[in-house]
Amino acid sequence: MATLELKGITKRFPGVLANDRVDLKVSSGEILGLLGENGAGKTTLMNILYGLYGADEGEVLIDGEPQHFSGPGDAIAAGIGMVHQHFMLVPVFSVTENVVLGVEPTRGAGVLDLKKASAEVKEISHKYGLAVDPDAVIEDIPVGLQQRVEIIKVLFREAAILIFDEPTAVLTPQEVNEFFGILRSLRDAGKAIIFITHKLKEVLEVADRIAVLRRGSKVGETVPAEATEAGLAALMVGRPVELVVRKDEATPGDPVLTVQDLVVLDDRQHPAVKGISFEVRRGEIVGVAGVQGNGQTELVEAITGLRDVTAGHVYIGGKDVTDASPREIHEENVAHIPEDRQRSGLIIGFTVTENMVLDGYYSRPYSRGIVMDWDEARKRAEELVEQYDVRTPSIELPASTLSGGNQQKVIVAREFGRDVKLVIASQPTRGIDVGSIEYIHERFVEERDNRAGLLIVSTELDEVMAVADRIIVMFAGEIVAQYQGGSVTAAEIGLAMAGASR
Amino acid sequence: MSDRPDGAADSPGFIEDLLGTRLDWRRAVLVPVLAILLALMVSAVIIVVSDIDLWQNPSFDQLGDTLDQARDALSALFIGSFGSLRAFSSTLEFGAPLIFAGLAVAIGFHAGLFNIGAEGQMLMGGMAAVALGITFDLPIYLNLPLALVGGAIGGGIWGGIAGWLRAKTGAHEVVTTIMLNSIAGLAVVWMLSTSFFQPAGRQDPVSRDIATSARLPRLLGFLDRSDLRVHFGIILALIAAYGIYWLLFKSTIGFEFRAVGANPDAAHYAGMRVTTIYVSVMFLSGALAGLAGMNQINGLLFRASPGFSAGIGFDAISLALLGRSHPAGVVAAGLLFGALRAGGLDMQVVTDVPIDLIAVIQALVVVFIAAPALIRAIFRVRTGEGTGQVTKGWAS
Repeated sequence: MATLELKGITKRFPGVLANDRVDLKVSSGEILGLLGENGAGKTTLMNILYGLYGADEGEVLIDGEPQHFSGPGDAIAAGIGMVHQHFMLVPVFSVTENVVLGVEPTRGAGVLDLKKASAEVKEISHKYGLAVDPDAVIEDIPVGLQQRVEIIKVLFREAAILIFDEPTAVLTPQEVNEFFGILRSLRDAGKAIIFITHKLKEVLEVADRIAVLRRGSKVGETVPAEATEAGLAALMVGRPVELVVRKDEATPGDPVLTVQDLVVLDDRQHPAVKGISFEVRRGEIVGVAGVQGNGQTELVEAITGLRDVTAGHVYIGGKDVTDASPREIHEENVAHIPEDRQRSGLIIGFTVTENMVLDGYYSRPYSRGIVMDWDEARKRAEELVEQYDVRTPSIELPASTLSGGNQQKVIVAREFGRDVKLVIASQPTRGIDVGSIEYIHERFVEERDNRAGLLIVSTELDEVMAVADRIIVMFAGEIVAQYQGGSVTAAEIGLAMAGASR
Repeated sequence: MSDRPDGAADSPGFIEDLLGTRLDWRRAVLVPVLAILLALMVSAVIIVVSDIDLWQNPSFDQLGDTLDQARDALSALFIGSFGSLRAFSSTLEFGAPLIFAGLAVAIGFHAGLFNIGAEGQMLMGGMAAVALGITFDLPIYLNLPLALVGGAIGGGIWGGIAGWLRAKTGAHEVVTTIMLNSIAGLAVVWMLSTSFFQPAGRQDPVSRDIATSARLPRLLGFLDRSDLRVHFGIILALIAAYGIYWLLFKSTIGFEFRAVGANPDAAHYAGMRVTTIYVSVMFLSGALAGLAGMNQINGLLFRASPGFSAGIGFDAISLALLGRSHPAGVVAAGLLFGALRAGGLDMQVVTDVPIDLIAVIQALVVVFIAAPALIRAIFRVRTGEGTGQVTKGWAS
């Protein structure tokens, strides 16, 4: 039984007020949904709560007692547990071994007592309906179960206050439902829960109370019964937001991308894409739905020249570009928004200017021979920053100083800032704020109306359903279903994503 | 923390311009300077505690003598490197090959490659210069450029091998360059025992002297003093430093190098040929190291003997770190290390302190540079750091 209270938390960084007198309270037996855009201050607030930062003002109270955390160890000892978005598990260890890592129970002088630990894991798993086999090896179990192992880890350390950071990002719609069941059973067992998310539907479904952060301040607190999606979105962004993508009926023209019997191997040389064929035509948006890891990454990499094609063909605008280099694909007027913007889309240590010319630097007007014309590059960067509403104080700042949404806008600006006939976008809105999502979706529709063809790969079913004119569902490297947009329900696609139609 | 306004948004000033566009000058200049001061202070302590007389006869009188000796040693270090025209000439003479080799390592760092092989590449570049210098006796305006090109190609090929292995097989350049150092060292001994290199009648591994027209002319030759040996190499080194600066920051090739170094995945995605770039960088790096070897041969020794690279290729790693891999920083660090080598000779003559102390000072400088947090804590330097995100991957 515990009550966590944050009172007047203020945190300043040079030039920025990251948290401005934030009050939050969550009690045992309650789920608090914490909503906020990127850069709203959720990370800073949770870092303070988890002992990674000290607050400049304000205090953290547990059961009315002021706490002074000098590190995560203190926070854990005080009963706070955090389930991170990216799991911290050792793939080759068993569930039990992962759970006890760092707090291994021992018999006598340093002899591991895994039997006792295993029994305890089984008990926790049973108590909260987690259904995890204590002896399973992490790399053999699906992501949904791995997340439960993270939950067990936290419970094993006797946390009374649980913080979940974007927990549904990696789950299928079915797994999300099961996860909500687990959240509710944790709540009913008397845990206090903070559920961080940017998905409006989810907080409305599972939270008991909802707090909204914007620009470091708490701008609202409400209960789901009194809130609407549009109202919450407006609160988060600070202005009314268009949640539905407005677009006219598509009028598809000639095929611009043709994929024929494509076979692609993954990094371990297993087939990840198993002989699939489809077309994207000018003036249409094709959405690829599917749970992460069903071959979408490899498909996109093969089309854009980043990965070898084992068999089959790729044609862009009628030209065979199977196994062409990334630059050759780029020169076919293909815009590519990569899946992981920080790994491949940007060089975060480079300035905005340098990132804006990352793929076009080698030709005029940015260079002549081998001589870079940085004045020209800066001029172009200024234009793009203006035109694509990238919020940065200067184009000479490294991309690392930008928020996720603005980093993504840099990529979108670079890729769309020229004549484009095909757009390949992977997870284009992952981890970015509602305002930027709205903006990027509008750009997609604009490109479509300019007669480009678009292939949008996303694990967010809502996104695929919102923007796509046609939907392809991938499961285990194959296309298992195709739908016309608007004629299908989320439940149907969800089933196909889980492989049910096979 | 979106749209974080940052102090770095100020328009770039002179120093920023000199050191590239966005280096925090306090970190780029102040921390190395403080590191050097701290290293000298610690060295003084080492001189004191390692004085055998003090241990045998611990008394206040002896302590006074020992402290005097430490003071004399450090002042000899300074006078021997900057205290006279001869000293300064000596500093520049030692500095030239250090700058070349430092640039070699630095350009590797920019492309994310750790070239430990500057020593071996120096040997190969130097041997190429020797081979040309003992074969041709052309006019100086032909023979010197020939030596430069030969030295660059000799070192370049040796570096390029490591780059090619990395690109083709993924063999890590740290491992391959270390191995290539050993191979080069032994190859030099073997080559020097062949009749092509060896002077008639000699059995020891040493080469014939290179032609006079292949020697780098002395800069202060007009003063007609035999102790002013500074030669044209330092000018070439400064030109090379500017050339590398231009290449890195003003050319498409340098943009590719830096992109590959900062994030090879993003470079590949942006259409750059990462493996080709690895080979070119290692060739260029090796070529610069080769020029350092050519400097040793054509500027100082005029013939080759085993180990003529004198550890410069290894010092280069330290000084590239010290110079933050920026060409201007490498020049400054190269001159510092050159000064230490020049002053160290005087120190050894004037006091009993062995020249090995120089290695200790260099090592300490690098330790303090590698631990900037320590320097900042000791001297309370404020830098723009500390606002970064502590963890990655959280919601906002």
